[in-house]
Amino acid sequence: MIKAKINNLLIEVNDGVSILEAAKKAQIKIPTLCKHPDLPPGAGCGLCIVRIKGTPKMLRACCTPLEEGMEITTHDPEIVAVRRTVLELILSNHPNDCLQCGRNNNCELQTLVADFGIRDESFQKFLPNVAKDDSTRTIVLDAQKCIRCGRCVTVCQEMQNVWALSFLDRGFCTRISPAGDIKLADSPCIRCGQCSNHCPTGAIVELDETARVWEALQDEDKYCVVQIAPAVRVAIGEAFGYPIGTNLTKKLYALLRRLGFKAVFDTNFGADVTIMEEGSEFIQRYAHGKGTLPLITSCCPGWVDFMEKFHPDMINYFSSCKSPHEIVGVLAKTYYAQKKNIDPKKIVVVSIMPCTAKKNEIIRCEEMYASGCQDVDVALTTRELARMIKQAGIDFNNLPDEEADQMLGDYTGAGVIFGTTGGVMEAALRSAYFMLNGKNMEKIELNQIRGLEGVKVAEIQINGKKIRVAVAHGLNHVEYVLDKIRKAEKDGTEMPYHFVEVMACLGGCVGGGGQPYGVTDELRTKRAAGIYQNDENCKQRCSHENPFVQQLYKEFLGSPLGEKSEHLLHTHYRARPVYSK
Amino acid sequence: MDQKIVFIKDTGIENDRTKDYYALFLNLLRENSLEDQVQINRVADIGIYNQGLVVKIFEQDVIYANVKEEQIKEIVLKTIKEGKVIKELLFQSPPKQLRIVLRNCGEIDPENIDEYIAKDGYQALNKAVQENKPEKIIEELKKSGLRGRGGAGFPTWLKWKLTRETPEAQKYVICNADEGDPGAYMDRGVLEGDPHSVIEGLILAGFAIGANKGYFYVRAEYPLAVQRVELALAQAYDHGLLGKNILGSNFNFEIDIRLGAGAFVCGEETALIASIEGRRGTPRPRPPYPSVKGLWDKPTAINNVETLANIAPIILKGGDWYAAIGTEKSKGTKVFALTGKVKNSGLVEVPMGITLREIVYDIGGGMISSKGIKAVQTGGPSGGVIPQEYLDTPVDYENLQKLGSIMGSGGMIVMDEDDCMVDIAKFYLGFCVDESCGKCVPCRIGGYQMLALLDKITEGQGKLEDIEKLKRIALAMQKASLCALGQTAANPVVSTLKYFFAEYQDHIVDKKCRSHKCKHLLNYSIIQDKCKRCRVCLINCPVNAISGDKEQGFLVDPKICIRCGKCYEVCKFNAIAKE
Repeated sequence: MIKAKINNLLIEVNDGVSILEAAKKAQIKIPTLCKHPDLPPGAGCGLCIVRIKGTPKMLRACCTPLEEGMEITTHDPEIVAVRRTVLELILSNHPNDCLQCGRNNNCELQTLVADFGIRDESFQKFLPNVAKDDSTRTIVLDAQKCIRCGRCVTVCQEMQNVWALSFLDRGFCTRISPAGDIKLADSPCIRCGQCSNHCPTGAIVELDETARVWEALQDEDKYCVVQIAPAVRVAIGEAFGYPIGTNLTKKLYALLRRLGFKAVFDTNFGADVTIMEEGSEFIQRYAHGKGTLPLITSCCPGWVDFMEKFHPDMINYFSSCKSPHEIVGVLAKTYYAQKKNIDPKKIVVVSIMPCTAKKNEIIRCEEMYASGCQDVDVALTTRELARMIKQAGIDFNNLPDEEADQMLGDYTGAGVIFGTTGGVMEAALRSAYFMLNGKNMEKIELNQIRGLEGVKVAEIQINGKKIRVAVAHGLNHVEYVLDKIRKAEKDGTEMPYHFVEVMACLGGCVGGGGQPYGVTDELRTKRAAGIYQNDENCKQRCSHENPFVQQLYKEFLGSPLGEKSEHLLHTHYRARPVYSK
Repeated sequence: MDQKIVFIKDTGIENDRTKDYYALFLNLLRENSLEDQVQINRVADIGIYNQGLVVKIFEQDVIYANVKEEQIKEIVLKTIKEGKVIKELLFQSPPKQLRIVLRNCGEIDPENIDEYIAKDGYQALNKAVQENKPEKIIEELKKSGLRGRGGAGFPTWLKWKLTRETPEAQKYVICNADEGDPGAYMDRGVLEGDPHSVIEGLILAGFAIGANKGYFYVRAEYPLAVQRVELALAQAYDHGLLGKNILGSNFNFEIDIRLGAGAFVCGEETALIASIEGRRGTPRPRPPYPSVKGLWDKPTAINNVETLANIAPIILKGGDWYAAIGTEKSKGTKVFALTGKVKNSGLVEVPMGITLREIVYDIGGGMISSKGIKAVQTGGPSGGVIPQEYLDTPVDYENLQKLGSIMGSGGMIVMDEDDCMVDIAKFYLGFCVDESCGKCVPCRIGGYQMLALLDKITEGQGKLEDIEKLKRIALAMQKASLCALGQTAANPVVSTLKYFFAEYQDHIVDKKCRSHKCKHLLNYSIIQDKCKRCRVCLINCPVNAISGDKEQGFLVDPKICIRCGKCYEVCKFNAIAKE
């Protein structure tokens, strides 16, 4: 333990804790625009400087560990004056179009400038002359608003191991961009959107597609249906003052109806169908020796994109099953349309997702048009939905609870846990156990594969046999798992795992790139807790128990992995170039 | 072979004529049948500059300077053949220098390891590995009081001790030869003139801290230095001074070269490490210091060229010998690249504690023109100006810092009344703005904004409140920049504001640059009394700003004039006034 004084208050922290973190113990928030709790300190902004007794210099609190006996001053007139100048310098290189900015009212720079009461423009404005890059049609890079804090670069390179973003040029001309100044769409970018989630300003935001949804909702010729992803329900409340992790599923159903959607579905239903397919796929490969093990999950479009670009040798292991919202989309335009006698061409499917990559997934290959037209028309992020709610003037907090529309709306506990790391695996194992044993597991919760550990490995006993599983999230953790698979491949030894789940974002979808800002591990844990609570409260907790799923197979699909299922619910993968230019 | 000629040509003569002189010498020797008795070596640097062709003859121990082509024959016939000294060609060796770092520069052929060895080269290494007490080397360095010559002056022994004591099997040493200060070429001089002295220092560093791998980080803009270091390394391997079981001991050590691609910031140690690792050359926060976590996260000692060149003599002659030179806190000698308005510009090596006046007048030979000395700039872009009233200050780390400048790596530029201090500040700041890596706000934007303000001031658009802005940004840069580049980039502005505030006022209030440097503030006019109506100015003016005729006389229209100074240059009658 380290004992030191911050602003004359004696505090004790563990060895290696930074002054920035330690100051929180003294109830002091030291301003910073580059340090993010998810990331190592980048030391770029220069705002977190503090004074340490005995040194003439000011030091950065973000990257200076507290040492025994230090006496630290976090605020004095000179420190504040320096911070103020630094902020003004940032402003001199940042546009003043806050009112039209995607981060208006939710911008870390704007907040600090307001806190410091900066009223004048002391320095001449110098803005880089760079065009926006919206080539991905998913996230928009506006380098003019970039303050070069480096968070996105660190996220992209170190947290996600994608290396799409980097710093180019130097000095005043330093800018973030894919290597070689190419467009983001031609870069290795997998559209996970973690950069947008960590950006302190509006330099990287999701492509706002709310206008398309408003337009469709007003078009009397269209039949708009909507679905919400599991992780959205425990995050949307953050935009409306709810405690983090509050499950607002039923308010969301009510809300979406009031926005004008003719039917409100739930992606969790699609997740239950996914389990029927993916679970059966696993049984095929595991118990009947048809296909290769391990089976690797494919629900996460960021992961799929990553695999196709960086690890195409893994294609054979991949589950061919589509992601849950694509399943709901295709079923809405086939099964639901038939039963309701609606022309599928008139149906507009909107997915509310915690994810920016879903915007790309809906057009990723021809199988996403299995219904005969685009199965999901628009994918909105949680952040976009929050804006729609506010635009519509709906008093979200006081909405009554409502239920989803039947056929594609009811879900089990297994469906909802898709929204967090380990959830897909847990849901699949619950049903796989049943499929192999004819009965459910005694203890349905698999705590071994829950939580925020980067790679979680477990052995599950089924029928006296051991199923070895691995769960990875945050793409920098994937390599470890894949390398083990490759090694076994090369050595001709037994595979280390039978079943592997990967989600691109840390914490899974609860920490998705389209979720409300300010994500930390604490927040991920709370959102996940909301999801697990929802699971516990469900009457049925295994996908195969979902009566509407059973009805779907009986009336429409036939059996899992049957001809119709294969056609509608499955896809294929192909190697893609890391750089398309 | 008992005679030897060393000759060098400095920047005063066109480079590509070296060969001609060399051939000329050879031919003359052959003509006189002397070719078997004389060895001619071409060296890049013997520490004498602006002296035309310099010839050094060892037997007579004479140096001839400003040798003309036709005098070569005389040298061969008189001095080489007959042993007579030609007095009128003698170069007066500047007094007051003490050459430890530059001990061999110009004395030996840098491409011949035997010559280095003949000058006690690699004796220190031999002594060290035979005694096999690495701690003793660090102890000796501690006694010597040697401080890092890269600029910051951190005690070398302590850096080595910390690196040695960090528990890790793999450690590295790096020679920082990414010299980049404008006007400074101390390291280049050493690497081109005596590469083995640095290599020996680096091997000793590796031995002392327990590293088996060293890197030379040399800027690619020094091709000759790179070539000589490469050659010297190959020779050292051949002689068993590098590689396995060095000099029969258990000590193994290898050295690789890495070339810097021209980024000034890569002289900063953490950026340098990033560059060697193949990453973007930007500094990272310290701690952890490289001595704990350096190259590939292993303990690493990084030392400047000049520091390393000091090591072997200290080990051979003892720390006490070294510590007897210099001042209380700054021991030994320092090499400066003396340039600017002095008569003898060049590399000088002086004991610490010598005054600036001695360097400028006794070594530098005084001012080049009759214009009075205004200031001496030290420390390059990170340093500051020292006005002439402080010329009697003894030069050491502490004193220079007290005056608002720094020792830096050793640039020393002498300025006279023709130098505008605002313009000087702008030049150095402009350099740092160009070279900023762009990582942190105060340096990236602060420097740019300060430069914009200085531009404004030198263009006559400045306001007094701009001074306050300059000071405000300077404080932010000094306090909140991540690395030394940003922290010190404002120094030239701060020190000129401190000592030459009146010049800023002249630019801002009176819109005048008294040194006639800031061209936007200049006005050219024709002195009618002196004008001979020759029309040369009118013909040469690129923008037709001069009009008139032979009867009426000529006038410069200040609205059209672009202050290029062409008329001033071409007028043969001094009839153009510049004010």
